[in-house]
Amino acid sequence: MKARHRRFIWIVAGLGALGIAAALVLNAFQSNLVFFYTPTQIANGEAPKSRNFRLGGLVEDKSVKRIPDGLGVTFIVTDKEKSIPVRYSGILPDLFKEGRGVVAQGHLGEDGGFVATEVLAKHDENYMPPEAAEALRKAGHPVGAPSQFQQVQK
Amino acid sequence: MIPEIGQIALILALTSALALGILPMVGAARNDAMLMRQSRPAAFAQFLFVALAFGCLGASFVANDFSVVNVASNSNSELPLHYRIAATWGSHEGSILLWTLVMSGWTGAVALKSRTLPRALAARALGVMGLINAGLLLFVLFTSNPFLRLLPAAADGRDLNPLLQDPGMVFHPPILYTGYVGFSVAFAFAVAALLEGRLDAAWARWSRPWTTAAWCFLTCGICLGSFWAYYVLGWGGWWFWDPVENASFMPWLTGTALIHSLAVTEKRGTFKSWTVLLAIMTFSLSLLGTFLVRSGVITSVHAFATDPARGVFILAFLALVIGSSLTIFMWRAPRIGLGASFDAVSRESMLLANNVLLVVAMAAVLLGTLYPLVLDVMDAGKISVGPPYFNAVFYPLLAPALFLIGVAPLARWQKSPIPELATRLTWAAAVAVVASIAVPLAIGDWTLLKTTGFLLSFWIIAAVITAVWMRLSAAPQKSIAGKLRANPASWYGMHLAHLGIAAFVFGVTMVKSYEIEKDVRLSFGQTIDAGPYRVEFKGVADEVGPNYDGVAGAFAVTRDGKPVATMQPEKRLYRATQQTMTEAAIDHGLTRDIYVSLGNMIDDKTWEVRVHIKPFVNWIWLGCLIMAIGGGFAIADRRYRLRKSRATETIAGGYAPIP
Repeated sequence: MKARHRRFIWIVAGLGALGIAAALVLNAFQSNLVFFYTPTQIANGEAPKSRNFRLGGLVEDKSVKRIPDGLGVTFIVTDKEKSIPVRYSGILPDLFKEGRGVVAQGHLGEDGGFVATEVLAKHDENYMPPEAAEALRKAGHPVGAPSQFQQVQK
Repeated sequence: MIPEIGQIALILALTSALALGILPMVGAARNDAMLMRQSRPAAFAQFLFVALAFGCLGASFVANDFSVVNVASNSNSELPLHYRIAATWGSHEGSILLWTLVMSGWTGAVALKSRTLPRALAARALGVMGLINAGLLLFVLFTSNPFLRLLPAAADGRDLNPLLQDPGMVFHPPILYTGYVGFSVAFAFAVAALLEGRLDAAWARWSRPWTTAAWCFLTCGICLGSFWAYYVLGWGGWWFWDPVENASFMPWLTGTALIHSLAVTEKRGTFKSWTVLLAIMTFSLSLLGTFLVRSGVITSVHAFATDPARGVFILAFLALVIGSSLTIFMWRAPRIGLGASFDAVSRESMLLANNVLLVVAMAAVLLGTLYPLVLDVMDAGKISVGPPYFNAVFYPLLAPALFLIGVAPLARWQKSPIPELATRLTWAAAVAVVASIAVPLAIGDWTLLKTTGFLLSFWIIAAVITAVWMRLSAAPQKSIAGKLRANPASWYGMHLAHLGIAAFVFGVTMVKSYEIEKDVRLSFGQTIDAGPYRVEFKGVADEVGPNYDGVAGAFAVTRDGKPVATMQPEKRLYRATQQTMTEAAIDHGLTRDIYVSLGNMIDDKTWEVRVHIKPFVNWIWLGCLIMAIGGGFAIADRRYRLRKSRATETIAGGYAPIP
């Protein structure tokens, strides 16, 4: 009887601890999911107004403009259907280039533009971030995955 | 010619692996000594053939043989020799070949060291390893052949990814894989012991040094990867909760649980089922990590869906390994038995709690890593789970585990009266509390998070000192040297590893609380103040590297007018790939790193500049290194060698094969 009691207490304590852990995990999970939207979705008003999200697409050619003084920079992200202006203050990653794919995290500004708090530099062998490729695919302009060998320049 | 030799060697390696996987297993089932004896030669043959294949690939890279697709895609005639060698494992194909090489190496090592084991157990363990390697070799041959030819040959190669052209990348993959794959030994011993139907203290004792060795390598591998990210990615972070990192961290968490659980199984004969499950879980997570990193599923679920051969193969292999090992476990579990009982407050209960916390933490990482992939596969939207989630989950889950590190080594097995435990730890608790309030106050500000971090770190240190002091003062020897010699190496190893964790926690708390990050626009001659340091931008100069062109900045760092360092961060453009790379300049120190890197050029005389001061950041990696050294001490313990032969005798005497 005593052994059974003890085992019962053990199981209850274990389940309680697991329950707390699960609640903790799921709560943190809920509040930290970052959703992804394409320029077209944002233009259609699907993106949330008060929550952070990720934007992916191509940096439009000749759209990168530097704000005099400081590190401010503006550029336009497009999925070749719709475009959205982006503001960012900070150092852009090496993989950021006009005409290339980009992923930015941030929120919508008062003026309807995107205020990026982070421009992502993944240590990724491909030039095209998956979110950016996804945005182009959804807008009907898929980019073919470059085969390993077409890339040889010489 | 050389690639073809490599190809043939791979096929021969597969044959040896199949022989290793089948013959000894059948032999053990039929109690046929002749078949069981084939395991060692097969293991050695497998290693030789895989090593030959790997050597052939390496030779193709060294010789710039651009008629091999893999070489043409990942090397270049301008690439320096050491990076051409590292490029052997820089690609998908090469890294999987490295995986099988490491696997064959572990198998060969087990074959060498298994002479003192019961014959059937050794044969079965080697057989399991042979089957795993056969699966991987099939994967290499059918989906990832590194020896495919390119006709006509390319004039020059596409070059190795510049991010990988770094000394850290030369050592990181082999060490990481040695850790990953090393858990296959614990797995193979667990499955073999299940098949034998005999999980006992001897089995745990054989598994322990192998598991600890794998854990040490994995610790070093993850540490090197983190260090590499810190100085190569050019923006000063050292852990990103990236899926690739999580893939290596999950087996580390369960592996840590496993080495503690094995200790209980060896010393007390309990936790046997749990230990077996952990061994299966840890190796499965290593395979899952390989799948995540190597199938391309992280980079793009859709690219994965259009060319699914690789991913589907690894996934099927993973399902087969997990499925069959769990089936064997369920079939044999009723035989395992429970072992000695223990009280609610005892060393066993604390180690169990630590195990549960580690596994829950692993599950939380798994959820955060896989959930976005699952949603994406189902086309239910694209989401990401960022560092805030992992931080929010990790601090509260691991804080109690860190607290237990201080208590458990001082608790008694089976039943540990709380008053006695409390008396033993009063001093340590008092010191930790006072220090953890004093240190943030002395530096300047006080927050709960900082104090918690310091508290846990100082608590572990104080508790380790208490434990060592009590043990040494209780030893009967008169001289200090005698007292020191009275304790086994593994005991020192344990405390050293725990001190490593304390150093790690201290470093993380310091960096998170007091780092200074200044991203600014700076012209030549201008200065920026970061903490006590003043950084002056002197200018930039062109430079030409073997396969890149670039500029090097010059920065003078002073403190109170006295020179501290001159730093030269670089910006490189790699010629073959046209990829830009940031090479940060770091002035390392025991109490702080000064980190300077160049952003983009704004005009002729003005650049974006990143200046970070990172207090005690090196303690993070130093802590990992101390953990690994602690593990090394544990492996070096004499009793693994001494008792091994004795244990074998007693067990061989009472051994009866299961019908």
